[in-house]
Amino acid sequence: MKTNMRAALAGLATGTAMLAGMMSQAHAEDIKVGMLLPYSGVYAALGQDIDDAFALGLETFGADAGATFDIIREDDEVKPPVGLAKTKKLILQDEVDVMVGIVSSGVLGAIRDTVDGAGVPLIVANAGNDEATGEACSPYITRVSFSNHQVNTPMGQWMVGQGVKKVFTIAPDYAAGRQMIDAFTAAFTAAGGEVVGQEWPAFQKTQDFGPFLANAKASGADAVYVFFAGGEAISFVKQYDSFGLKADMPLYGSGFLTSSLYVNAEGPAAEGVITALHYVPTLDNPENAAFVAAFKEKTGRIPSEYAVHGYDAARALVEAVKSGATDRDTLAAALPKVAFTGPRGDLRIDPATNNIVQPIHVYETVAGPDGLTQKVLATLPAVADPVNGCQMPSVN
Amino acid sequence: MTTDLGFWVLQTLNALQLSMLLFLLSVGLTVIFGLMHFVNLAHGSLYAFGAYVAATLSGTLGYWGGFLLAPLAVAVLGAGLYFSLIQSQRRAGPMAQVLVTFGLIFVAVDATRLVWGDLPIGIAIPSFLDGQIALLGVEYPIYRLFIIALGLAILALLTLVLTRTQVGAMIRAGVDNDRMAACLGINVERMFFLVFVVGCALAGLAGAVAAPVLSVTPDMGLQILIPTLIVIVIGGLGSLRGAVAGSLIFGFVQTFGAVLLPTLSSVLIYALLAAVLVTRPEGLLPAKG
Repeated sequence: MKTNMRAALAGLATGTAMLAGMMSQAHAEDIKVGMLLPYSGVYAALGQDIDDAFALGLETFGADAGATFDIIREDDEVKPPVGLAKTKKLILQDEVDVMVGIVSSGVLGAIRDTVDGAGVPLIVANAGNDEATGEACSPYITRVSFSNHQVNTPMGQWMVGQGVKKVFTIAPDYAAGRQMIDAFTAAFTAAGGEVVGQEWPAFQKTQDFGPFLANAKASGADAVYVFFAGGEAISFVKQYDSFGLKADMPLYGSGFLTSSLYVNAEGPAAEGVITALHYVPTLDNPENAAFVAAFKEKTGRIPSEYAVHGYDAARALVEAVKSGATDRDTLAAALPKVAFTGPRGDLRIDPATNNIVQPIHVYETVAGPDGLTQKVLATLPAVADPVNGCQMPSVN
Repeated sequence: MTTDLGFWVLQTLNALQLSMLLFLLSVGLTVIFGLMHFVNLAHGSLYAFGAYVAATLSGTLGYWGGFLLAPLAVAVLGAGLYFSLIQSQRRAGPMAQVLVTFGLIFVAVDATRLVWGDLPIGIAIPSFLDGQIALLGVEYPIYRLFIIALGLAILALLTLVLTRTQVGAMIRAGVDNDRMAACLGINVERMFFLVFVVGCALAGLAGAVAAPVLSVTPDMGLQILIPTLIVIVIGGLGSLRGAVAGSLIFGFVQTFGAVLLPTLSSVLIYALLAAVLVTRPEGLLPAKG
C-alpha cells in the first residue's frame, strides 16, 4: 500500500513536471544574449554605437521572431584579460545562449579559445583581425562586421583603374595596421601598381606625423594610401593637409580614416579624401534609408559603420532564431547560414570561414549642407576572403 | 632622399616644433620639481585640460579666445590643486606624491570623458596661420613655425625673468637651498605657489597650442607624460637649461630616428635615457646645489 502510494506520488510528480515542461515549451523562447563591448576606455563611443544599433535591430526585426531577447551587458574596457574574465562570467554564471560584440581584435584573440571550447556562438560586431576567420576560425564564431583584408583589397585594383600608379603607404605599426596595408599592397601590386615607400609610425605613441609626411613628399609617389582610426586619424588628416600635400598627392585610405563618427573633427582637411569601407551612412538604398532614419530618431546621431555592425548582428540573430534555432548548438549552426539584404547591401556568411561577404563602397568626403558627408564613387562587388588556413570543423 | 637639403631642413623644423612643444611642458614640471622637490605626474593631465578648454572656447570665442583663456583656466585649476592636495603632500615624501598625482591622472581622464565625451575633438587652425610658407627652399606649415616661435619667445621670457629679475633670483635661491632662502627672508611658500601656478599655465598653453595639430582625446595627457619625464630626466631636474637641452635632444632623436632608423626609433630615445642615467645620473645640465 505504502509503496503503491509512493509510486503514485512519484508518477504524479513526474507528470506535473512534464506538464510544466511542456507548458514552458509552448511559451515563447527566451534567448539570453551576452553583450561584450567596451563601455569605457578608448573605444567607448564605438561600443555605444553598436549597443544602440543592436537594440534598434532587435526592436525592428525581433517582434515576430517567436522569442524574447534578454540582453546582459558587460564592459571589456578594451583590455583582453578583462574581456576574458567577463566572457567566463557570461558563459558560466549567466549561461548565455549567444554572445555578441567585441570591438578590439586583442579582446577577440583572448576569448577565442574560451568561446570555442564552451561551444557558445559568438557574433563578432567589429574586430576585424584576419586570423579570427582564418587560422583561428571557429564554427562558433561568426563575423558580421568586416575583415581587415576585405576592406582594403578592392582599393588596390580600383586605384590602378583610376590611373594611380605609384603609392606611398603609412599605417600604425600593429596587427591591424599591417594587415590592412599588406592586403592593399598585395592587390595594388598585382594590378600593376608600385609601392614606392612605406612608413610604420609607432602605434599610439605617434602624435606628430610630420617626419613621415616629409618622407612621403620626397618619395615621388602619385598618391598616399593610409590606415588610421580614431584620434590618430584626426591628427593625421589634419597634418596631411597642413603640409599642403593634398593638392599634389591625393590621400587615399581605408575608410576608417574618415569615418562619419569623427570626420567633422577633421574639418575641411578631410575634404577630397577618398577611402573605401563596407558602410557609409549615405548609401542609397531603402534598407539604409530606414536604418538611418530610425537610428537618428532613437539616438539623435548619424549611424557609423560600427552602428551598422550592431544592427546587422541583431538581424543575423533574429534570422537564426526564425530558422528554428533555440540554444547554443542550434544557434551556432544557424548563424553562418543567414543571408539578408541590409543597409550595406546583400550580405551572406562564407561557410568556409564564417566571415561576412559584402560589397565595399569607395567614397569621397565632401562638404554638405550639415558639415562633411560621404559621396559614394563606386560600389565594388563582394568577394569572399581567402580561407587563410581556416579548417572549419562542423558543429554537430 | 637624405642627400636632399630640403629633407634636412624640413625634418629639422619638425624636430624643433616637437622640441618646443615639449619644452613648454617640461619647463614647468622641472622647475616645480627643482624648487619644491615635488613630483607632479598629473602635469600631463593639465596639458589635456588646456587642450579641451581651448577646443571648447574656440567654438564661441574663436581660436585666440581659447589660446588666451586656456592657460588661465589651467592656472586656476592648478591653484585649486595646490591648496587641496599639493600643499599637504609637500613634505610627505616622493612615494606619497607619486601615488597622489598618479591617481589624479585617472580621475582627470575619466572626468574629461564625462564632460567632453569619448570621441576625439579637433579644432581648426586660425585662418591667418593656416597654409604653408616657403622657407629655405621648403614649404612649411605656418602654424608649426608659430609653435617654434612661441616656444622660443617663452624661453627668452623665462630666461629673462630667472636671470635678470629679483623674483628670478629668489627662485634660483630656492632651487639651490630652500631653507637658506627662507632664512634670508624669502617667503618660500608664496614662491612655491607662484611657480606651481605658472608651471600649470604653461602646461595649459602647450595644450592649447597643440590642439589644432593633434586631436584632443581624453588620454592625450597620459601620452605626453612619458616624453615629458624623459626630457627632464635627460636634461637634469630643476634647471631651465636642462629642460631646453632635454627637449631639443628628444625632439631631434625622435624625429630623425623615425625617418632614418625606423626599426630602432621607438628604442632609440629609451637607450639614450639609459645611457644618460648611467653616465650622468643627475642629467646633462642639472640645477646647481
